[in-house]
Amino acid sequence: MVNGTRKRLELVTALSTNSMGEAERLGSMVVGVLALQGDFAEHAAAVRRVGANVLEVRTAEQLSRVDGLIIPGGESTTIARLMIAYGLREPIVERARAGLPIWGTCAGAILLAEEIVTLDRPGLRLVPMTVERNAFGRQIDSFEADLSPGVLGGGALHAIFIRAPRIRSVADGVEVLLRLGPEMEHEPVAVQWRSLMATTFHPELTEDTRLHERFIAMCEAYAAEASRSALAAAGGSG
Amino acid sequence: MVVETATQTVKAGLAQMLKGGVIMDVVTPEHARIAAEAGACSVMALERVPSDIRSSGGVARMSDPSLIRGIIDAVSIPVMAKVRIGHFVEASILEALGVDYIDESEVLTPADESFHINKHQFAVPFVCGCRDLGEALRRIAEGAAMIRTKGEAGTGNIVEAVRHMRAVQGAISRLQSMGDEELVSYSRDIGAPVELVRQTREMGRLPVVNFAAGGVATPADAALMMRLGADGVFVGSGIFKSEEPARMANAIVRAVTHYEDDDILADVSTDLPSAMPGLEIDKIPESEILAKRGW
Repeated sequence: MVNGTRKRLELVTALSTNSMGEAERLGSMVVGVLALQGDFAEHAAAVRRVGANVLEVRTAEQLSRVDGLIIPGGESTTIARLMIAYGLREPIVERARAGLPIWGTCAGAILLAEEIVTLDRPGLRLVPMTVERNAFGRQIDSFEADLSPGVLGGGALHAIFIRAPRIRSVADGVEVLLRLGPEMEHEPVAVQWRSLMATTFHPELTEDTRLHERFIAMCEAYAAEASRSALAAAGGSG
Repeated sequence: MVVETATQTVKAGLAQMLKGGVIMDVVTPEHARIAAEAGACSVMALERVPSDIRSSGGVARMSDPSLIRGIIDAVSIPVMAKVRIGHFVEASILEALGVDYIDESEVLTPADESFHINKHQFAVPFVCGCRDLGEALRRIAEGAAMIRTKGEAGTGNIVEAVRHMRAVQGAISRLQSMGDEELVSYSRDIGAPVELVRQTREMGRLPVVNFAAGGVATPADAALMMRLGADGVFVGSGIFKSEEPARMANAIVRAVTHYEDDDILADVSTDLPSAMPGLEIDKIPESEILAKRGW
């Protein structure tokens, strides 16, 4: 919480030397949460706890207004189907390619993967990794565990895995942020590739907002960059 | 690294992943595939949908394991199945089959007229029906990790589902204005543990996910229940008793996602195949009212 707030203040301070308009735009930075199905309300609440604006995204028009997108936990087949049926899949892919930060948790992580084992419909194919659905077993195999915090710093991170997928392999260049312990062969459970983040567990079900802070900082950097280029473009033409 | 399974968090957590979704009753693997294709977030595997249970009479029990296994193998979404109220052996059997959620359901003939299952003893999570806040909190006290309002299953008539959802939501909003000194006597009046009543007041909602069930027959019915505060919707007979199940399933899924968007609701309600024929509640003999089963 403290880290996230400080970062935001630094960004705002850095921009205050520029026009007021830019700082205002940053203040109106909006984190989208894909709200087709799943625990989008829990994500929205976590984003609000960190202090950022939230928009539930159900249409392409709503998607065009956000500075980052969270794809929540839920049923991956359902979300994948609804993304296609409601014309959201292509716009999400396009914005991701243009640098929009996207974070997928559980079902969202599945949908971000380039290769998905046992999903009968296309995902977003954005992160060069292979993910296997429901790979720990059925619901009775769902579990909670403490993870070593790695790059996040601070104490152990309590992680909740529900009918969770497993990241089976990642390409070179994909950064592993968090891993399970030695009993589970240190397998990766949180990864980042460029502006895309994937976690196979559910930070939105705990009070710990470290991952939300990290993602919101990515969204802020993206929003600041976008308004800088908009300003430069306006200056260039004038 | 300590790994814990079957905690209340992971049990209630699966229900959180089902939110904003539609759980459909299916009686064959083929139905299950149609439901998954339409975007169901889970299926309820059973031998007969509630309207057929209602018309054929007799004792309704847990489904044959071969049917449940067939449905588990047919789809990759979570599979639920029903047990009779109080029948903890049927529940053990379903747990052994690897079912993802058990519905201790009034739609089947109750096995115990005094006690519901002690659901804390199971690794698999349970969903239970309720008609009001007290009943919901009693089930949660017994270990239910998800609640659904009962409605009146197999009728295609939404009136009871609305009554039960309004009863729960109305009680929660009255709770918001109650002082601490009122909580104990209120808890006694509704027959619920005071700690759960307090938690409900603090959260401003049930402590677990609450779906609507029993009588949803159209996309508008589903959206109505969402606007009344449901986290998602169970559709029993409403899909596979309609003329074109796949279209009805698609339309109801869409109505639940876009329940606040009137244009989309108008769109998905247009030229729909006939919904299931409905029943008027007061034409049903008292002894055949399913919602009265359980306490």
